[in-house]
Amino acid sequence: MIPFDFEYLPAHTTAEAVAYYVSRAKAGQSPLYCGGATEVVTLGRIGQLETGAVIDIRHIPSAQVLTQRHDQVVAGAGVTLTQIADSVLIAETFPLLAASAREIADRTARNQITLGGNICGQIFYREAVLPLLVCESAVRLAGPNGLRELPMDRVFDQTLRLQPGEFLVQTATDTVLAGAPWVYVKRRKMGSVGYPVVSAAAIRVDRDIRVAVSGVYPFPVRALDLEQALNRRELPLSRRIEAAVSTIRADLVLDDVEAARGYRLFVLRDVLREIVESLDA
Amino acid sequence: MAGEGRSRWPADGANGQVTQRRTGEDRDGFQVRSGRIGRSVMRKDAEEKVTGRAEYTADVSAWGMLHAALLASPYAHARIVSIDTQRAITMPGVRAVVTGADYPQRTGLPIADRPLLAVDVVRYAGEPVALVVADELYQAEAALRQLDVVYHPLPALTSPREAFAPEAVRLHPDLAAYDVQPGEEVWPVPGTNIATHVRIRKGQPESVWSTCDAVVTCDVSFPQAHHAPMETHCVIASVAPDGCVNLVTATQSPYSVPEAIARTFGFRPSDVRVRTPLVGGAFGGKSSVYLEPLAVAATLAVGGRPVKLRCTREQEMRSMPCHIGLEARIRLGARADGRFVAVEITDWFDGGGYSDRGVIVTRAAAQDCTGPYRIDHVHCDAYCMYTNHPPTTSYRGFGHPEQTLVMERAIDLLAEQLRMDPLELRRRNAVRPGDTTPTQARLMRSSVGDVEGCLTRLRSLLPWDGPPVEDRDGEVIAKGISCFWKTSSTPPDASSGALVYVNEDSTVTLLSGLVEIGQGTKTTLAQMVAEVLGLAVEQVRVVMEVDTAEQPEHWKTVASRGSLLAGNAAVRAARDARAQLAATAAVVFQCRPEDVCISNGYAGCPYTSRRIPIGQLSRGYTFPDGHTVGGFVVGRGSYTIERVTLLDPATGRGVPGPEWTVAAQGVVVAFRPRDYTYRVLRAVTVVDVGRVISPNLAEGQLKGGMSMGLSLGSREGYVYGATGSVDNNQLRVYPIHRYGDQPEYRVAFLETPNADAPWGLRGLGEHGVIGMPAALANALSNALGQPVNSMPMTPELLWRLHTGAEVNDR
Amino acid sequence: MQPVTLTVNGWVRTVVVRGSETLLDVLREQMGLTGAKPGCENGDCGACTVLVDGVPQKACLLLAAMAADCRVTTVEGLPRTQLQAAFIRCNAFQCGYCTPGFLVNAHALLACVAHPSERQTQEWLESNICRCTSYEEICEAVRTAADARDNGVAGEDEMPG
Repeated sequence: MIPFDFEYLPAHTTAEAVAYYVSRAKAGQSPLYCGGATEVVTLGRIGQLETGAVIDIRHIPSAQVLTQRHDQVVAGAGVTLTQIADSVLIAETFPLLAASAREIADRTARNQITLGGNICGQIFYREAVLPLLVCESAVRLAGPNGLRELPMDRVFDQTLRLQPGEFLVQTATDTVLAGAPWVYVKRRKMGSVGYPVVSAAAIRVDRDIRVAVSGVYPFPVRALDLEQALNRRELPLSRRIEAAVSTIRADLVLDDVEAARGYRLFVLRDVLREIVESLDA
Repeated sequence: MAGEGRSRWPADGANGQVTQRRTGEDRDGFQVRSGRIGRSVMRKDAEEKVTGRAEYTADVSAWGMLHAALLASPYAHARIVSIDTQRAITMPGVRAVVTGADYPQRTGLPIADRPLLAVDVVRYAGEPVALVVADELYQAEAALRQLDVVYHPLPALTSPREAFAPEAVRLHPDLAAYDVQPGEEVWPVPGTNIATHVRIRKGQPESVWSTCDAVVTCDVSFPQAHHAPMETHCVIASVAPDGCVNLVTATQSPYSVPEAIARTFGFRPSDVRVRTPLVGGAFGGKSSVYLEPLAVAATLAVGGRPVKLRCTREQEMRSMPCHIGLEARIRLGARADGRFVAVEITDWFDGGGYSDRGVIVTRAAAQDCTGPYRIDHVHCDAYCMYTNHPPTTSYRGFGHPEQTLVMERAIDLLAEQLRMDPLELRRRNAVRPGDTTPTQARLMRSSVGDVEGCLTRLRSLLPWDGPPVEDRDGEVIAKGISCFWKTSSTPPDASSGALVYVNEDSTVTLLSGLVEIGQGTKTTLAQMVAEVLGLAVEQVRVVMEVDTAEQPEHWKTVASRGSLLAGNAAVRAARDARAQLAATAAVVFQCRPEDVCISNGYAGCPYTSRRIPIGQLSRGYTFPDGHTVGGFVVGRGSYTIERVTLLDPATGRGVPGPEWTVAAQGVVVAFRPRDYTYRVLRAVTVVDVGRVISPNLAEGQLKGGMSMGLSLGSREGYVYGATGSVDNNQLRVYPIHRYGDQPEYRVAFLETPNADAPWGLRGLGEHGVIGMPAALANALSNALGQPVNSMPMTPELLWRLHTGAEVNDR
Repeated sequence: MQPVTLTVNGWVRTVVVRGSETLLDVLREQMGLTGAKPGCENGDCGACTVLVDGVPQKACLLLAAMAADCRVTTVEGLPRTQLQAAFIRCNAFQCGYCTPGFLVNAHALLACVAHPSERQTQEWLESNICRCTSYEEICEAVRTAADARDNGVAGEDEMPG
């Protein structure tokens, strides 16, 4: 049970959402944007989140989009992970995104968790980010200063670096990259529901593999030095993997109830091997 | 129920389940009359459970009900410097704040070693420190956050071996002064952290080790774990104007609550009335009286108004008693022909900050420490250690899954050393009638069943056929087996009563204090009553909810004892009702009562074609002129366990339980060496249950237990933070079996009758779980090519064992 | 506190809720519909699963206000079909506490997918935890219910939700 109360504010346009934010921020309510609001509930009840106003952006039409437009695959922040995982369009145009969405939480939870909620959530795995990182997607943001569009590599550093009052409306991904040869690997402690020990999204562009991982650090990351090492095709596979893993900052690697640090690195090796075996045509 | 009503049940032996019946002496009256015994039946609680109408404690509400919330210690071991309730008490809706200062007395069974709410010291992270009672739950929870508690953290004891060390800090310096429940077999050692020390001394191991041709030693360990019933603990407490305490609680032991509440608060036990609706899973975790005293304290703080106190899942995992952890060492010796010669076992159980039922679990593990094997020289020291982990209570199997893992790992290691087939090694040592148990109880065919038969059947059903093989996909297909026994650890006076009313419409109603926790025993009792009275099972109603003021006492719904204790009581009550009906009918028929035949809802006799519906006899029989003979039919039955004795504290000599259920289990795994992941492909149980009463319910209990055992062995266990707190205290980070994790299950029953029980049955509710962790450990050891002696057996553990990687410093 | 109009099992009702109140608490505490169960209140166990506009949702994760103007169906409002009969016949429950969540989710699965494959069934039902059965029974029940529907066996008491 959430021991505090807040205003629940469904917004129907980006302007309405931002207006809610500005007025509630001014009133000292520490407003939050939400999609499915699952984290508001789960973190609110254990004292890891507190707010006086929750602004629901799911009803904003531009956040409900799932389409292909101008050589881009566009996904609204308010679309649920199930909608992404089940979408025929996404399966054809951006299968990597569908694959990553399908492995998050469980299906009933995915009926509620939104793309934007997963990307902007506090729970740090944020696995829906991984395809966007390797495909160099753009994010479309709305805020008190209007709309802006930025590439992921400029605005995503451990988290989506939003300005106060800003929220994610859409992601847009180049059709060619979204349709590149791909592989998605998720390894859990055990079973088929749960947080990752390691999850990784990878695509091949020309001859090079791009990879983004979650579960290694307490944030998702696409590491260019890791990719560089992995793409040294002149080396034998095991050397490439060792070189790639040696780029990992061991002191930052997660060490928690899901998996110990050393085991995560072992799993990462195996995941990278699987990726190379699968994509190294 | 084939042939009766809506016939949609598979016949005996369907569903791939196999029964082998051993002919034997059924006790008088237990011979099969009309085929209600041994048939699958529809559960009596089925309709309400598939419509959402089934009522559990959390669904109960009362007018004017308040809500309580619990503040738990964040520290595993700390001194409480101060508790300031000032801000909390002024929060909106708050009616009372209760702290340890309000209740200095100690509570807990069998050792009263814990304060109601922490006093001066907290001994585990999750220990209840304060209660807030408010109009609404959210108000109570908001006020919790306004309680100012200052702790001074102390070094914590985070393992039982650490707590056993002579220099370890004493967690209970007043241990000598604690009350122990009379008649309970616990032997605390004041001046140490030992909550109980159980000694088993049979023969003289030290004098025979030199005669052994092979001796193995191994260490086995696992952390505490969560019972994970889907329903968390919940209690609604109130005090009536006459001073009587009323409780609605999700418990396996409603009849234990009054005494515990009376002891703690100074009531008379008869002043306490307990209602238990359907229970949403228990698995032993709801056998102790833990939350109820807190709810009583809450209602007393608000003048007796009803107060609901329900655990969150996090509290269920951190604050409520859990499955015990263990560190054990075993030494097992045998002759070259495989015959076991001697065994020496030391168990250090992780009993947690307060001992609760953990001390009795320790006794149970020790009493059956060898498993179902003949060993003449046995030496076992089992210690339940106080640590700064959560307290511990019974868990399905009650010390036996734990004991079985220790013994069965040693047997596989011994087989390897002897270069002998592990199944054959077990078969050669299988216990037989005439042998004695570790507590020197002499076994009879009736009391032990057929271990060898279980192993033989397992060999073909698994099938057990040689070493691991690598398949085409690079997976290693490996198998592992285990063999176990279990008797109950019931007190020698464990009893059950039952009442059978005959209704005017010729149906009957059974009252029993047994709790329906999902095991289906109340349906089984209905089958038994139907059989005795010659009725269809549909004509027997069973009151599901237990009310200690209305139903005859049933000791506790634990230890797979329901069908024995309550079964005998129900059968006797049904016979008593039958005798009363016959006595009245005899007057009408003008015959002897023993000539009256009662069946299909009618009384008849051989001298007349006239039949009287039993409903017409249920309130006496009224002749046409109004003259009435006989009286109201109330069938009474009771049963107290037989031949169980206390154990001798010095040697353990005694008879801990009336009969042993024996079984053999096996699993097949597909192991992937590349990343240490594996799948369980098949799991098999062959169990001697004496007599199958309801095949569908029996098979469900076995398979459900197997699933729980595989889940426990493969992935479950508390992960503690550096100071001993349970860090994986949500189901999203505590993996348990989900849909899709299930392998193929095969269950087969042998039937060697148990002379004490109705139709020869033996307990079976816990048994599916018991040998699963051991069988899985043996299979994975075979797959990995090295010993796997701890749980949970995650890929990470296998990787660690294989690569020698150290556990990180967490 | 704000008024919210909910349509639950076909009945329209306006309740006053706090913004932070979950649908589960409103169903149980205000509407007396206790079929959906609190098991974890964290979206992990599925015992509280209800349908919102036909889609399974965990009522403990959903703010009551978010269900305004939606059709909510709880286990009490499910039509009696072969599914419940199959759960009984296949022994697909013991303690029954998780059963409402499984029934609601399985009902939606069978409504959405004509012939669910084993993979699809797992994808849906792994959202719910059952501690008593081995899951084999639930698997069998769902398959039996799907087969019965395919074979045109009518439910015992086919009623609109």
